[in-house]
Amino acid sequence: MLSLDKLRFAQDGFTLSLSGRIARGERVALLGASGSGKSTLLSLIAGFERAEAGRILWAGTDITAAPVAARPVSILFQDGNLFPHLTAFDNVALGLRPDLRLSAEDRDRVADSLSQVGLGDHAGKRPAALSGGQQARVALARMLLRDRPLALLDEPFAALDPGLKTEMLALVRELCAARGLTLLMACHDLRDAERLCDRLWLLEDGAKVLDLGLSGLRDDPPEGLRPWM
Amino acid sequence: MASRAQPLGAIHWTGAVLAALVALAVLGPLGAVMLRASWPPTLGPADWAAIRFTLLQAALSALVSVTLAIPVARALARRDFAGRRVLVTLMGAPFLLPVIVAVLGLLAVFGRAGWANDLLAALGAARVDVYGLQGIVLAHVFLNLPLAVRLILQGWQAVPSERIRLATSLGFSTADMRRQFERPILRAVLPGAALLIFLICTTSFAVALILGGGPSSTTVELAIYQAFRFDFDLGRAALLGLVQVAICLGAGALAFGAIRGHEVGAGLDRPALPWPGDTRVARALDAAAILAATGFLLLPLAAVLLKGLPALTGLPPVVWEAALRSIILALASTALAVALALPIALLVTRLRRPGLVEGLAFLTIAVSPLVIGTGLFLLIRSVTNPIPLALPVTGMVNALVALPFLLRALVPAAMEAEATQGRLAEALGMRGLARLRHAILPRLRRPLGFGAGLAAAFSMGDLGVIALFSTPGQGTLPLEMYRLMGSYRTDDAQGAAVLLMALTLALFWAFDRGGRLDAVTR
Repeated sequence: MLSLDKLRFAQDGFTLSLSGRIARGERVALLGASGSGKSTLLSLIAGFERAEAGRILWAGTDITAAPVAARPVSILFQDGNLFPHLTAFDNVALGLRPDLRLSAEDRDRVADSLSQVGLGDHAGKRPAALSGGQQARVALARMLLRDRPLALLDEPFAALDPGLKTEMLALVRELCAARGLTLLMACHDLRDAERLCDRLWLLEDGAKVLDLGLSGLRDDPPEGLRPWM
Repeated sequence: MASRAQPLGAIHWTGAVLAALVALAVLGPLGAVMLRASWPPTLGPADWAAIRFTLLQAALSALVSVTLAIPVARALARRDFAGRRVLVTLMGAPFLLPVIVAVLGLLAVFGRAGWANDLLAALGAARVDVYGLQGIVLAHVFLNLPLAVRLILQGWQAVPSERIRLATSLGFSTADMRRQFERPILRAVLPGAALLIFLICTTSFAVALILGGGPSSTTVELAIYQAFRFDFDLGRAALLGLVQVAICLGAGALAFGAIRGHEVGAGLDRPALPWPGDTRVARALDAAAILAATGFLLLPLAAVLLKGLPALTGLPPVVWEAALRSIILALASTALAVALALPIALLVTRLRRPGLVEGLAFLTIAVSPLVIGTGLFLLIRSVTNPIPLALPVTGMVNALVALPFLLRALVPAAMEAEATQGRLAEALGMRGLARLRHAILPRLRRPLGFGAGLAAAFSMGDLGVIALFSTPGQGTLPLEMYRLMGSYRTDDAQGAAVLLMALTLALFWAFDRGGRLDAVTR
């Protein structure tokens, strides 16, 4: 379980302050306007920012001050997920060995991971030779290969066209379910949240104002969520 | 595909005529040089030595500059510290600094009686000689290290912050960072930076004039000057002019290809990002690189100020007269450069052909000012005595040299003004001067002020064409300063250096500030 215990972070006049719990294997969407704190919360969990108060616990272990690479976390950004000078294969392999010294077994695992996202035939291509959707899949393949139990998605599919985005969300959902990954995804669109997640946190000005399950939500939506529908 | 959506107005046709005149002003003198070159073209041993030395000193200067710039750029990219922004801004200052002032500062630190040699002597070591190849390379490194740092830093800064965070989350070590970040960045940036500095150093005249000159340390430009001034061998000067054009064309073609699309200085104000795989040793090395670069760049300037300020009040009248002449010359050449650049920039926005800017830039760089000056001398000489026209010719050449920089500043802003205000102006029926005055010019104030400041600073510090054919009584401030240095009146030269530095920076500041006042930026 991921526990955020009275987490507080302040910078340049913006303050994020929240608590919450996410069960292992649960997928939670962070919905909110720009500047509401979605990316900041993901950065705190990933370790890119340090909370000034509160704790972050994973499976009961305090990871608030843990180094970024030591956290049980994989993260996908909106941009900059891939190294342009490396092939799709090497970009994925970085998730296993940052020095790219791969054993035969490592190579098989990288190839498997690429196949799982449907890019087995594109391993030798560089990002520039891949479409936006294929680039997102490469990043996803690396996330799977890292095999960290907590996946953080910071609007990684925002630049994709609607059809491709739906396809990617379905793929992520399938892969997360198969591996039992816990997931937090920042998004602007309630439909994206519904396609991938079980639960929704609505953020406003650095605070969680709604925390609710997504199934059957449209039958009786709470007042605060109506502008998002 | 249509290349232009709207018809050309009077200002655009003016721009077309001026662009043609600029091309003529470069190609005409080049033609005169070609016609006058001794035929059949035979280069003597001294000429070949000058060619070899030009290439050697430029290659060494480029190599040393980029090699030293790598640790400084790396340190600036990954360390945030008080004064970082000031230091990055200061890295742009040597661009404005008159070359002769920089050389005098270097002599004060590294010269025979300089601080560095005093220190060596105090330590019991032998004094080093700053004249010749090592001095020329030292001066070129001083002048170009900041440019190399800025170009390499730009490569670092172009890396998306997400990718650095990704590396952190993947647990990259220092070695991984070097492999996946530093090497690709350097592979992309270093060839362009090195070639650009190589090109600049092949055309550098003032440095070789002061620190070189012997049989073993004469550059082609210096050989042109010597053939012109000392031997009055116009055929040989013209032939060497052609050699210089060939060298610049070769280096220029390579450099332009390598740096195409790079916007020098863009995005340098991004703060440094925490770097994965950081160690105490890396922090110490970064601090050492920043301190060493700062000291290397500031010490010569501090020396000029310390030694020159006391001499300022006792400067001979000839220096003050030269200063006045330089200011008038700088203002005139700036006015000419702006008058050329503005219509050409507006033409470029309408034609949507940025290649025109690059073409003119390439032309004025490939044909060095000294070659243009030689050609103009030959052309004018066929009609009248060129000596009394030394100052107007210098002003014109200075305007041509500044033109590419003004266009670089103006064209993107003019494109933006057309994109944001052009349609509205069209809808309101604004045309001609009204459109220019109310819709376009307010948006160009800032780049125009900056570009004019650069033009004025270049002209103020120029020691090129004026050295070629000026007589006593026509000298500009840099030329008078050079004459003072040549007659070993070091105190007066140092006082003149302070005056020249102050006037150059003041002119740049005044134009740049003028452009910023009430400037429309949105």
